[in-house]
Amino acid sequence: MGSYLLLAWTWARASAQYRTSFAVSIVSSFAINALDAVAIGIVFLHVTTLGGFSLREVMFLYGTGGVAFAVADTLFGNIERLSQHIKAGTFDTMLIRPVSPFVQMAADGFGAHRIGRLAQAVIVLSLALPVVPWSRAWMVPLMILTGVVIFTAVFTLGAALQFLLVDAPEIANAFTYGGVTLTQYPLSVYGDQLVRAVTFIVPLAFVNWQPALYVLDRPDPLGLPAWFRFAAPLAALLLAGCAALAWRAGIRRYRSTGS
Amino acid sequence: MAAFVLYLRLFQYGFRRHSTYLAAALAGAFTNTVFGVLRAYVLIALWEARPGLAGYTLAEAVTFCFLTQAFIGPMQVFGRGLSFGDRIRSGDIAFDLVRPAPLLAWSLAEDLGRAAYLTLARSLPPTIIGAALFTMVAPVSPWFPLSFALGVVVSFGWRYLVTLTSCWTTDDRGIHTLSALLTMFFSGMVLPLGLFPGWLRTVAEALPFAAMVQVPADVWLGAEPPLQALGFQLLWAVALMGLGALLTVAARRKVVVQGG
Repeated sequence: MGSYLLLAWTWARASAQYRTSFAVSIVSSFAINALDAVAIGIVFLHVTTLGGFSLREVMFLYGTGGVAFAVADTLFGNIERLSQHIKAGTFDTMLIRPVSPFVQMAADGFGAHRIGRLAQAVIVLSLALPVVPWSRAWMVPLMILTGVVIFTAVFTLGAALQFLLVDAPEIANAFTYGGVTLTQYPLSVYGDQLVRAVTFIVPLAFVNWQPALYVLDRPDPLGLPAWFRFAAPLAALLLAGCAALAWRAGIRRYRSTGS
Repeated sequence: MAAFVLYLRLFQYGFRRHSTYLAAALAGAFTNTVFGVLRAYVLIALWEARPGLAGYTLAEAVTFCFLTQAFIGPMQVFGRGLSFGDRIRSGDIAFDLVRPAPLLAWSLAEDLGRAAYLTLARSLPPTIIGAALFTMVAPVSPWFPLSFALGVVVSFGWRYLVTLTSCWTTDDRGIHTLSALLTMFFSGMVLPLGLFPGWLRTVAEALPFAAMVQVPADVWLGAEPPLQALGFQLLWAVALMGLGALLTVAARRKVVVQGG
């Protein structure tokens, strides 16, 4: 923990040395990610509800999923660069240092500019907050926290996969960036099979969909049991456990490229 | 004749350089397909609520969605610059500028080779899988391949300009992001341009980015008269390449070769 903070702080200070460049990176990160929010706005020029949800409600889903992803991405997202480090041989040096390779990978090149991404998600979420009734507001911080854990686990699983597929790290993008794209819209727009898959196999439905059904007091279109709405912490822990095992297994079978 | 052989070689090198990374290309195709599926469901929900929106049927909207994903590789919709950008920073560009072939034509040949390979590795899989999972429409017009190729050329022309700006700026990240933003949003990649409101739609449909994604997709769907579509693409291809040639001359004056 201490070493993570030290490494992250060092990288953040390093990138802030070039002020203009740093500012441009923050604005870029904000603008690129805001495109998805703009797309939602354009869609709602043509309809009043999508999949049975109003603009504010979709913004609530977008905001909660987006904030959770942005936090996970800022803190641990760099782990997706594992295959670059394996190919360059720099992962070997991490293994012999007295700090966990997971911490080193996560903090390596810590991208402080990603607060741009976080900022746009926070703005959308705060605009959506009027749809949340006071009595159910307690769920919002909890769902963001579990969302961070789930996305971090997905990032870690994606990285663990790169021990096997050194030449195809992009495969992880389908689950990480694909995952956050999925959570931007109500799952009621997607096909039943897909929703079942992201409920029971890769539990992205617990990032914001299931808890949001509670917050917004909506019936589940698939008729899944009501306690699923409160099962997000359980799903997050299970997935985090799988991710930790996969990461350890990956480290154990890792063979240096010798370069 | 010698020139033709040279450019054919460069085309082949571009193709082969990228074909080395088959696994990476297939992983990219997989990700494009996943995004295609996610976006298709959103469009289906939208078109079920508003049939005939933007002049497309439901099947046409789904087809549009998978075509945009298929265009990401060849058209480089994320706006990434050309490979000689690194050579500008390192100074190796000096060699490229004194070669007996012009930089513009040279890099065009190489980029077309890259696009040809990525068409096979990254465009076919999303299109085929999309057609297997959803109802899609087959290409209506025999002009589609030509329109597709022109889309690649327009994309090249734009990225050539973006890359050359590195000769004047020390940090090219800002301009690359701006390029990515403009290309993704105004090409039709994020949403079909027909969904944009009033004036924004008019502006978007006139910009070169439309020639990269929206126009070739419309030619596939038969939603636009082919000659008008091809004329629009040709116009932008000529304009961007002309500008590229002018900027190359300016860059040649700007470059100072150090040392001796």
